[in-house]
Amino acid sequence: MSESNEKKRGFWSEMIYNNPVFGLYLGICSTLAITTTLNNAIGMGIAVIFVLTISNIVISLIAPLTPDEIHIPVYIVVIATLVTVVGMLMQAFTPELYSTLGTFIDLIVVNCIILGRAEAYACSHNVAESARDGLMMGLSYTFSLLAMSLIRQILGSGVLELSNPMTNQVLFSLRLIPSGFEIPVFTTQTGAFLTFAVLAAGVAAIKNSDEKKAAAAAKAKADAAKAAAKAAAASAAKAKEAA
Amino acid sequence: MNLLTLFLSALLINNVILSKFIGMCPFLGVSTKLSSAIGMGLAVIFVIFGASCLSWALYYYVLVPLGLEYMKLICFILLIAAFVQFVEMFVKKNSPSLYKSLGIYLPLITTNCAVLYVALDNITQGYNFIETVVNSIAVPAGFMLVLLIFATIRERLASADVPDAWKGNPIAFVVAAIMAIAFSAFAGLV
Repeated sequence: MSESNEKKRGFWSEMIYNNPVFGLYLGICSTLAITTTLNNAIGMGIAVIFVLTISNIVISLIAPLTPDEIHIPVYIVVIATLVTVVGMLMQAFTPELYSTLGTFIDLIVVNCIILGRAEAYACSHNVAESARDGLMMGLSYTFSLLAMSLIRQILGSGVLELSNPMTNQVLFSLRLIPSGFEIPVFTTQTGAFLTFAVLAAGVAAIKNSDEKKAAAAAKAKADAAKAAAKAAAASAAKAKEAA
Repeated sequence: MNLLTLFLSALLINNVILSKFIGMCPFLGVSTKLSSAIGMGLAVIFVIFGASCLSWALYYYVLVPLGLEYMKLICFILLIAAFVQFVEMFVKKNSPSLYKSLGIYLPLITTNCAVLYVALDNITQGYNFIETVVNSIAVPAGFMLVLLIFATIRERLASADVPDAWKGNPIAFVVAAIMAIAFSAFAGLV
């Protein structure tokens, strides 16, 4: 995909096309594990946006100074330091959220999206571009988390609830499915896999239909060009005949 | 008895893939063929066992005496990366045939979150060394078990008529969902 083409697409289509989770299958572990509630998804999303943006900025700055043979360990240390910082901040200000997310905060270190962006983008682009890329990728990841957690929380517990992570005060709570009619399987592992499968298939379907459209358009263009060439040849022949 | 309980629960009940969702990337990547699943499984067992025992020793003999517990994440990930690199070099030099069959999976393991997860889990659960050894064998064994079952199912799936959008990974997730239901039956075992 060319750069200009990517820029032409709107924000939402970028979220779907370049979606790291449902399109490229990166960072799946945390997406499946922590999306039981909306709160977890938002907390995890913010943590990843923070780590990804800052690591992209730092790596784009230090990339020219890093010897090629050891660049992966260097990047990993940068990422691990940032994750430790995030972990400490969350432990201090949002202890409840930290304990529910648990090891998954530490496992941001091995989240493929972060090292992947460092390798594929940040090491060869300038600071501003890398920061923008980190922010977009982080948002796109958060968007996937929100989609998963909305489906799982609403179907699984029937209640849409959001609380303040600092004080654990419930900000709003809305029961969408009457109690007794919710489908608890969506809060379990099985529900996570199923929800993921449906969303991934949806993204694949959108991509497939767009590809088909693009192919059809290209074919129509080629046909038109062929017809034009034929007509030109015919008129040339006519002209010859007339002469 | 306690150790057996620990082993079974890490192997089946709290299976890394189906109940903790850890190690999904290699799980999807190498589960299309049975032979590569076996290679990956063996490599993962070896690396997780070695890396978590070393991390345990590093934590209790270096980091705790120095009061640097908060550095565990950075130290463990570097230890894992160094260990994988070392194993790769060692195998390459001493057993070219083993390197040929395992080699390509080794670099992939550094980014396998299961390795870091087991190393951290041994510390957060407060396991002693024997428990650490048992846990670090049981967890990757569970990983390999599910990987093998899944690979055999996916080999059949390759010839199935699946709707276009569901081809490849989405249908694999549906299979994983059904396997998760089956594995949840083990919950009453211990």
